[in-house]
Amino acid sequence: MDGQEHGTRSPALSVHGLSKRFGDRVAFEDVSFEVGVGEVFGFLGPNGAGKTTTVRTLGTLIAPTSGSATVAGIPLTPENAAQIRRRISIMPESPGLYLRLSVAENLECFADLYQTANPRERIERALKAVNLADRAHDACGSLSKGMRQRVALARALLSDPQVLFLDEPTAGLDPVAARDVHELIDQLRQRGVTVFLTTHRLEEAERLCDHVAILNTTLRTIGRPDELRDRLFARTLTVTTLAPLADPGRVFAGLPAVNGWHPDGRCAYKLAVTDPAFAAPAAARALVAAGADVLSISPSNHSLEDVYLQLVDAPVNADEKVGER
Amino acid sequence: MSMSSRRIRAVVRKELREYRRTPSIVVAMAIIPLIFLVQPLVVVFGLPASSSGQLAHAHILLYLLGIPALTPVLIAAYAVAGERRQETLEPVLATPVLREEFLLGKALAALLPSATVAYTVYAIFIAVVRLFADPAVASALLQWPQILAQVLFTPLIAAWSIWAGMGISAKSNDIRVAQQLGLLAGLPMLVLTSLVAFDVIHPTLGRALGLAAALLLLDALGWRIVSLAFNRERLITGTR
Repeated sequence: MDGQEHGTRSPALSVHGLSKRFGDRVAFEDVSFEVGVGEVFGFLGPNGAGKTTTVRTLGTLIAPTSGSATVAGIPLTPENAAQIRRRISIMPESPGLYLRLSVAENLECFADLYQTANPRERIERALKAVNLADRAHDACGSLSKGMRQRVALARALLSDPQVLFLDEPTAGLDPVAARDVHELIDQLRQRGVTVFLTTHRLEEAERLCDHVAILNTTLRTIGRPDELRDRLFARTLTVTTLAPLADPGRVFAGLPAVNGWHPDGRCAYKLAVTDPAFAAPAAARALVAAGADVLSISPSNHSLEDVYLQLVDAPVNADEKVGER
Repeated sequence: MSMSSRRIRAVVRKELREYRRTPSIVVAMAIIPLIFLVQPLVVVFGLPASSSGQLAHAHILLYLLGIPALTPVLIAAYAVAGERRQETLEPVLATPVLREEFLLGKALAALLPSATVAYTVYAIFIAVVRLFADPAVASALLQWPQILAQVLFTPLIAAWSIWAGMGISAKSNDIRVAQQLGLLAGLPMLVLTSLVAFDVIHPTLGRALGLAAALLLLDALGWRIVSLAFNRERLITGTR
């Protein structure tokens, strides 16, 4: 694939200080990131965070107010727009199908717009990929929402894009249909297609994405899902005892790798640590020495959802943005 | 990137398929030509043979040019506003299609059925007058220069209406408003053809050629102006 050849040299997407304003309203501001070739990149954020506007901007549908980007190896400029659109595909949140046309007629139109070679073969292949080969001649208006979403996905695959933008591809789908979409994204990753996935579903991002970025007008963080959890939460130990400690300050003071502590309920304590593996045994020894009955000592186990909730509502401070690549 | 006939054909084919399957468009495309057909036929059948001398100065056949002035507006007004309503515009504009190709494809798809309907109505009118009207009235009405003018001016007038309709459609969020404004935009052309039909403006070869040249220029300008006014960002985000 063209994208794979290209990918060893430069990232599939490279974004630097990109901003978009509509008059006084800021859609997104000072966004920077890179996405490697063949990577599934999750773009998370609440409603109105600027995710769709970012996709539209990188998809050349709207012009950025400032900043620069390279999409599929081509600088994002108005002159390059048509050339970029030949290398990418966008699946918008709404499938946007011609409901009076059949599935095959919809795809035929787009195969011609992309000027694909062997359009019939491409259409058959795309329909097989989304398990809709037997519905090719059905009117799109007669399909369920999940099936329409799959037709839109087939349409996005027609041109064999180097970068595929999926805007909320599983929104409104039942779990089975969503799982099918997940499997398809996995297959695309295996084929070396770069997938830029905007989603509200954090478990989806955690399961599918190599890297995630959290946006709420400004980019709040970026990294691998496990990296983000570690960065924000893993340096905490939760200690639970059978009864409240008589003098917890004395027990926890001076322990190696422990920077501080605070109570977290009647018989629980949170310890801020530099290295949980080093701090946990020391804390256990100190607790036993103090005569405490220890129920558990565990590093905090946080999900991507915790990271998301922590960051989305945090006040914006450009200096505190973490992990931009 | 240069224009691609394949992409233009893709838009035309898709549009024609959609129009055929949209009852409101089919009905609207039938009603206006019917009105333009029936009204002059009623007048013609009421005329006695003695009126054939007066008819030589009236150009009732040209009155039928109202069909290409009004019919294509209904489709053209649907062209962009309809896509916006059914949320199909964003996927199309995300493809490599150029706005000039997209608009030309839409315009051709509106022109083809409009011209076909107009020519069919002319043929029916001529056949009915030839077969059933008084022979003296028929020969006064059906003159070769008028038939030729009819054939030549139909696509020129239709193209003007299409660009006016598409210009309005690209700026409008509502299909019905776009169609109503489009019909208003077609009225000046209707007034002009009516003035010629009733000999208020006397048709001469020189005037016909001048008008044809002006329409050709307007049609070419229409494509350019609508293309320039076609703003992907505004159409997708709905910003003004």
